[in-house]
Amino acid sequence: MIEKFLKFLPANSVITAEEALRVYECDALSAYRQIPACVVLPDTVEQIQEILQICHAADVPVVARGAGTGLSGGALPVTDGVVLSLARLTRILEIDPELRIARVEPGVRNLSVSEVAKQYGLFYAPDPSSQVACTIGGNIAENSGGVHCLKYGLTVHNVMALKVVTMEGDLIKLGGEALDSAGLDMLALMTGSEGMLAIVVEATLKLLPLPVHQKIMLAAFDTVEEAGNGVAAIIAAGIIPAGLEMMDNPGIRACEDFVHAGYPREAAAILLCELDGIPEEVEAESQEIADLLRDAGATEVRMARDKAEGERFWAGRKAAFPAVGRIAADYYCMDGTIPRKHIASVLQRIRELSAEYKLGVVNVFHAGDGNLHPLILYDVAVPGELERAEEFGGRILETCVEVGGTITGEHGVGIEKINQMCVQFNSAELTQFHAVKNAFDPKGLLNPGKAVPTLRRCAEYGAMHVHSGKLSFPELERF
Amino acid sequence: MAIPSKDIPEFHARLKDKVAEARARGQPLLIQGSNSKSFYGRHCEGESVDMTAYRGIINYDPTELVITANAGTSVKELEEVLAREGQMLPFEPPCFSETTTLGGMIATGLSGPRRPYTGSVRDYILGTRCLTGRGEILKFGGEVIKNVAGYDVSRLMTGAMGTLGIILEASLKVLPLPKFELALCKAMTVTEAMYVMGEIARKSLCISGAAYQNGLVRFRLSGKQVAVEKAWKALGLHEDPDGLDYWQGLRNHTLDFFNRENGSNLWRLSVPANTASMEIQGDSLIDWGGAQRWYYSEQPAEDIWQIAESAGGHATLFRGSNNAKEVFQPLSTVMHKLHQQLKQAFDPDRIMNRGRMYPDF
Repeated sequence: MIEKFLKFLPANSVITAEEALRVYECDALSAYRQIPACVVLPDTVEQIQEILQICHAADVPVVARGAGTGLSGGALPVTDGVVLSLARLTRILEIDPELRIARVEPGVRNLSVSEVAKQYGLFYAPDPSSQVACTIGGNIAENSGGVHCLKYGLTVHNVMALKVVTMEGDLIKLGGEALDSAGLDMLALMTGSEGMLAIVVEATLKLLPLPVHQKIMLAAFDTVEEAGNGVAAIIAAGIIPAGLEMMDNPGIRACEDFVHAGYPREAAAILLCELDGIPEEVEAESQEIADLLRDAGATEVRMARDKAEGERFWAGRKAAFPAVGRIAADYYCMDGTIPRKHIASVLQRIRELSAEYKLGVVNVFHAGDGNLHPLILYDVAVPGELERAEEFGGRILETCVEVGGTITGEHGVGIEKINQMCVQFNSAELTQFHAVKNAFDPKGLLNPGKAVPTLRRCAEYGAMHVHSGKLSFPELERF
Repeated sequence: MAIPSKDIPEFHARLKDKVAEARARGQPLLIQGSNSKSFYGRHCEGESVDMTAYRGIINYDPTELVITANAGTSVKELEEVLAREGQMLPFEPPCFSETTTLGGMIATGLSGPRRPYTGSVRDYILGTRCLTGRGEILKFGGEVIKNVAGYDVSRLMTGAMGTLGIILEASLKVLPLPKFELALCKAMTVTEAMYVMGEIARKSLCISGAAYQNGLVRFRLSGKQVAVEKAWKALGLHEDPDGLDYWQGLRNHTLDFFNRENGSNLWRLSVPANTASMEIQGDSLIDWGGAQRWYYSEQPAEDIWQIAESAGGHATLFRGSNNAKEVFQPLSTVMHKLHQQLKQAFDPDRIMNRGRMYPDF
């Protein structure tokens, strides 16, 4: 097969040496590693089609890979499989300021789209924390979010069209520059499908006018409950902030010690709120929010006086991961979403589990849309700690499902949460997912073993009896 | 009469039996809500599955921005309940009758004038429970805004015209109602109007509607009063004497334009917003800032599909004299094959609304 690749790919586009393959053995979920048989780095769509045709004919599995920043092991290679790296398809093909769209190749970095669009007064809204490095192709595979989802939506809301190549090598266009298209909405189905249905080779992204005015504010609370009430009060007042983030006390301390953003170290929780729009509207709403947060019990509400102060408020939040990296040898980032009203009770449950597993946990998350990111602290050098961290993480995700939420808000299932899929979905639902996969990839060669567990795996996990239908009564307190 | 909640398991069991029986006999089923959009899509026949009794709101907490309801619930009821809490369905679904249902709204996937600015039905759908053609009741997505577990079947169901299964329940994200709205207009040619609509779309103004009809460009503004008034000043247009009623008429097709005598072919073209005037003869109305165009035309369907495709969009015979033939833009060979494979995955015996979207599908 490698000989076949070398007929149309230059030698430096086909990696087979073990030393070089090691670079591709994992993504950002480094607890799982696997060396692939080979890595190919095509430069063109035609080459991708040819690679897939060859693999299809030879029944060889293919795992697509962008920047490898994924947190769920979605780009983990398969033994004897091919890793298809899209890293060389990095061109921004077109920015059309009139239609407000950008047409890009899959290897384009997320942030660079907004950087290029800026000269036209436009930006690309989805902004995952890894946006400096992560690629658009990977964002589409995972339906990535970011801190501005509450107002601007996820990747699925910001993609107009895709060109994809199927496992058989067919090039298909889904969606277009019109606002809808004929037939079934395969554009939505493809977004977030974790490289299981087809390979994205080009994307048309929606751009938005840059907001003319922004306001950042910070509020401190003595209890997590009050902070949660503050979030609900803002929404109930009919205000949709661009960003609404929460941090618990361990998070505040870790971030403050690292970047000295001026966070109140003794607060049980802080909220960071970003508003954008026209100046008059933003100023009026920020006053309204300050009052609402004080009524909810905020001990302090700070308004950033200028851009620099606003950036300082955000600096701690943005540096949360490296900040936690300083206080623990290793950390494991979880990604469940819950209805907002359960924030306080779920955080309490996480504290109890933390005591049970004897592992620390830091919470820094997207409160506006209920997307939790508990960071479990552990040390891989201590025997058994990684296993305990994984089990602890699994229990958190199962708690999210119990209160009517989901095991993944924006990081994807990948290999990491494959067991928890058995908790969220019953066997009939998983069978339907397999049927969808089969419609696109009957041989099951694209990213096999990810995202949707086999029924056998679920039986082994022993969780089939607690499928979501029996536990979806969010009004019941379970802990 | 709505089905009492204690009888819902029995209702589900009966529906499942009906599907099993239909599969065994190869008898297609025709899913029906209020029938307010029965004219839309290809004509198809089957044994009726009436969903109107399956109504009621299951869960609504305004601070979660999510509402969950049974498919037979009327859109009117949903909107009334939301409005009491100062919220709305952000995509302004067209209601061609007072009884238009949630299920039909999702199955047709149609959105109103606000669509280019706030998004479409599929943008706001978070989860569904449905009965597939395989006879299984399955739940996809959920009641939270961010959720990437499993394939996005709920969005696939949106606009699928009931060809993959029966929608039983759905959860939707909702948004606050605008605090203030204003309708503006100005007389101009279509070329001028297209230019103005393009210019305005690039600015950060609180536009929630942009249309052109009979020599008049119209805009609707929505937001806080201060923002709306500022945008009005920036636009320099007149206040529209028809006010916000025009936008309701455009949304629900109660404008005179949409009420021709039976037999006229009304085409809906979905095209890139900046598409120049199109070679279609007949009365027209431009909505969605140029991205949705309505034409009365008796030109052959093939010509209209060709025109739409070369503009980078697609055309639907929205209301016509003959819906026994094709009404949706034909698919390419490879897309057709994928559609059939997906149909097979959900409805292997092709009993769900057979032929409503494409023949044999």
